Amino acid sequence: MLPPVFGVLFDGIAYGMLLFVLSVGMSVTLGLMNFVNLAHCAFAMLGAYVTVVLMKDFDWNFFATLPMAFAAAALVSVAVERTLYRRLYRASDLDQVLLTIGLAFMSIAIAAWFFGTTQQPIAVPSYMRGSISVLGLNLGIYRMFLVAVGIAVTVLLVLALEHTRFGAQVRAAVDNQRMARGLGIDVDRTFAVTFALGSGLAGLGGALAIEIVGLDPQFALVYLVYVLIIVSVGGLGSIAGSFAAACLIGMSDIAGKYYVPQLGSFLIYLVMVAVLMWRPAGLFGKR
Amino acid sequence: MTTLDAPRTVTPQGYLLRQSRWRPIEVAFWLATLLPFWLFPTYLSLASQIAITGLFALSLDLILGYAGIVSLGHAAFFGIGAYTAGIFSKFVWGEPFSGLVVAAAVAGVVGYASSFIISRFRHLTLIMITLGLGLLLKEAANSAHWLTGGSDGLQGIDIWPVLGVFNFDLYGRTAYGYALGVLFVVFLFARRLINSPFGLALRGIRENFVRMPAIGADSHAHIRKVYTIAAIIAGIAGGLLAQTTQTVALEVLSFERSADVVVMLVLGGAGRLYGGLIGAMVYMIARDQFSGIAPQYWYFWIGALLVIVVMLLPNGILGGLSALLKRWRRR
Repeated sequence: MLPPVFGVLFDGIAYGMLLFVLSVGMSVTLGLMNFVNLAHCAFAMLGAYVTVVLMKDFDWNFFATLPMAFAAAALVSVAVERTLYRRLYRASDLDQVLLTIGLAFMSIAIAAWFFGTTQQPIAVPSYMRGSISVLGLNLGIYRMFLVAVGIAVTVLLVLALEHTRFGAQVRAAVDNQRMARGLGIDVDRTFAVTFALGSGLAGLGGALAIEIVGLDPQFALVYLVYVLIIVSVGGLGSIAGSFAAACLIGMSDIAGKYYVPQLGSFLIYLVMVAVLMWRPAGLFGKR
Repeated sequence: MTTLDAPRTVTPQGYLLRQSRWRPIEVAFWLATLLPFWLFPTYLSLASQIAITGLFALSLDLILGYAGIVSLGHAAFFGIGAYTAGIFSKFVWGEPFSGLVVAAAVAGVVGYASSFIISRFRHLTLIMITLGLGLLLKEAANSAHWLTGGSDGLQGIDIWPVLGVFNFDLYGRTAYGYALGVLFVVFLFARRLINSPFGLALRGIRENFVRMPAIGADSHAHIRKVYTIAAIIAGIAGGLLAQTTQTVALEVLSFERSADVVVMLVLGGAGRLYGGLIGAMVYMIARDQFSGIAPQYWYFWIGALLVIVVMLLPNGILGGLSALLKRWRRR
């Protein structure tokens, strides 16, 4: 028998895994190109709406929609990267912030135009609902699924980065872009592929998030703050950092809302400011 | 650099003197701010909102446009000023000018304290720290329901007539005159500050943070000073809003307000004294018009505007205008 605090921690970790899938792409692209992409959560929102439309209008199974959410976000992000982002790689932080937040604003209005401003509920399969009892704790099945997805994504990403030729190119470009170019690595292409993968993961995260946090057009801004916190706390370009930061922020958020609800989101902002004061480059950041 | 005759040496003093001379267009601009009294008497409360927002954008211009500090939490000082002015009028007295002084002082003290944190960081970490501090303050104000009214807003503000004569009326005549007067006085101060050696040092920090200490100007000390000054001005703007609307909502501390003011400044042209004022004017009038048609799609237009400004007008409206003017003169 475990005390209930473990149940809260488990919910926090499940929430953290969701945030990890949402944010890991942004961490890698920021580390790779120093490109601040505040439209990251707009791609996540796109994935979520793809899932909603496929389930409601085409009666698809929830799991069948997930690859579609990934693919749609990845495709659209490449199109945007080719047409707009490409020109701003050497521009200032401020220009990048403004362009991408502009895109995020537009995505909110477009989503409101097509789907209205109400919440979009979906029905996950009935066997994903409910909870099972483990050592006296009631663990939600969907949350266990989230943890499994989070761990699977982490393992896949780490394996791909550490053991493939492409992963080696990405790591080289993150560590020293000029040197990587000098060695003949096509950093622009590497970046485009990484960007698509990261946005695809965001789309997947958005689809997974509907069941936990709901979906409305404000998603692109509300979760942007969480993603930015995780990226800056974890350190740019670090998968392990994002993982640790997502767990830390997920647990602080859930525990804070459970034990001291009157503080609201105070705790995660406090954690972020404290971590950044202690380590300005984030927990695992090098620069 | 445009003249081809004998090389002239430009001393820093000469440059600053030339910059600080009043141009006819500036005089025309300030005279034009009086026009709404006669031309748009029904839009005076919007005009006072614009003056207040312009003042807020001016304060951000000092740190973002001149010193190059990107802040996504500048609404913190605006909100501190608004709540201070509101609470002061509720519990002490409603004399407007003393209320503004208190609002400025409190915002300045908080700004000075946080400037020690701000000056240590750059780039993304700095953006996130300012964002985090701003959000922390908003959560704190939300929790302190007994003092701020929380999400219900601060009620029961009673402001005495300005100078004991001009009552705050329904049409916003006094509100606009009062806000415009304060804006002008603060603008004169900001203008003097920017056209001083201190202002030059700020631009130096923006261009190269590391090299400035090497020529004897301590970047950290300068950033602490200008951040405090910007906080004071933002506090005055917030105090003005609280006094002219006689209410304070939690929204004054929101992330949206911080983001909006960055958008306005960039739209008008960052690093130019009039950038914030022009940006606030264009933004507020556009919002007033567009949201009358379809409020939920306002975000689309502001987003499109941002993309266009970044892609086509890198120095904002004023930057685009001055580039046009230069090309026209060369002809």
